[in-house]
Amino acid sequence: MTDALVLISLFAVAATATAAVVVRDPARQALVLSVLGLALAVLFTVLQAPDVALSQLAVGSALTPLLILLSVRKVRRRGRREEGER
Amino acid sequence: MMSVVPYLVAGWIFLAGCYGLATSRHLVHAVGCLAVCQSSTYVLLLAVGYRDGGTAPVFSDLRPGSRPLVDPVVQALALTDVVVGATVTALLLALVMQVAKRHGTVDPDELSELRG
Amino acid sequence: MSRRVRMWILAVGGLGFAALFAAACLRLPGFGGDSHPYGERAVRAALAHRTANVIAAVNFDQRAFDTLGEESILFAAVLGTVVLLRQTREEREVPPEPARVPLLVRRYALVLLPVAIVVGLYVVAHGQLSPGGGFQGGVVLATALHLLYIGADYHALERVRPVGVYEFGDAAGEGAYLVLGLAGFVAGSSFLANSVIGHGTFNTLASGGTVPLLNMAVGMEVACAVVVLLARFLDQAVEIEEEKGT
Repeated sequence: MTDALVLISLFAVAATATAAVVVRDPARQALVLSVLGLALAVLFTVLQAPDVALSQLAVGSALTPLLILLSVRKVRRRGRREEGER
Repeated sequence: MMSVVPYLVAGWIFLAGCYGLATSRHLVHAVGCLAVCQSSTYVLLLAVGYRDGGTAPVFSDLRPGSRPLVDPVVQALALTDVVVGATVTALLLALVMQVAKRHGTVDPDELSELRG
Repeated sequence: MSRRVRMWILAVGGLGFAALFAAACLRLPGFGGDSHPYGERAVRAALAHRTANVIAAVNFDQRAFDTLGEESILFAAVLGTVVLLRQTREEREVPPEPARVPLLVRRYALVLLPVAIVVGLYVVAHGQLSPGGGFQGGVVLATALHLLYIGADYHALERVRPVGVYEFGDAAGEGAYLVLGLAGFVAGSSFLANSVIGHGTFNTLASGGTVPLLNMAVGMEVACAVVVLLARFLDQAVEIEEEKGT
């Protein structure tokens, strides 16, 4: 039972991590990264690491994506021409 | 099979992050890929520390010695790095903003052309 | 370096890493194995110092010096970000227009704000007992404050968030950790040794000796650091614009 849970959450993490790399648009990537943070938090909980899960939940699913979105906004606001078509 | 799969998944995440870093066309995306690489180390560390049937090493609602425990040392390593890693990510993003300001581009290929 | 050469190097490096890593994995102790010598010793040491959360004991007692290093990385990273994102001469501040926030969102955020702050404080204060501690609680506290940005607007956030105070708090948290470490000398033992005050009663709020104090120092530093970071990023993304024609 625990093995199944571990396997499911491991593959969820692997899938979202791959998606986060493949998604090329940084704003979309931030959203995938927040899903990755959530999946990692679930995995850590299943692996009996509630402390790490808690910090991963706070950092991975909220802080890092927010920082990335803010940087994207700043970089975009500088009026790059080719940003739109990426 | 179960005894190596978690380690291999950690390796896969690391390789995926590296691939993203090397092929990235946008520096912010590259920083995101680095965060992916980073998360692979947490998966590896916690996988090494796991014990079948173990429970979290927290005794607030557990009598000491009543259940097998997972390894707290690797958890402590991962825990601090999650938060410290986020601030380092912020530093990298600040560098990206500076690059955008100075060179007007955030494409690594265009940047290396600027250097000549 | 052309794109093709780079892909070749990546392929060779990736395949090499994959082969070596897979070989190493096969020789690692299997996942879920029963041999955790360090873990068992850490648990014994934590119980000896009457700390219920072994992870907090590892971080703030057994490896407290290492955590000082981690904290300094955090401090240095925040310092670097602040320096990099300061407003330069050719930039000017444009106060953002107040936006209409839907009433439901506003109420939700304002109800959640005090709850989130209390949760953050709880997580910091109970770090030595239950999962949590300065690192996690600090992040919760700092992000909780930004519910104000969602619920009201940037102006309201700026009023409750004098960045200078938080920059001071960041440094004070780092300093408090050092001072607590030096207190070890005064108590006649080594730097950051958990022998300054008594270890207290197991599983109560005042247990674990210096662990809760170090937790609070770290919580303060992390909370202030994240607030400062987000303030700099928000300033850049929302307020600061380049002047035209430079």
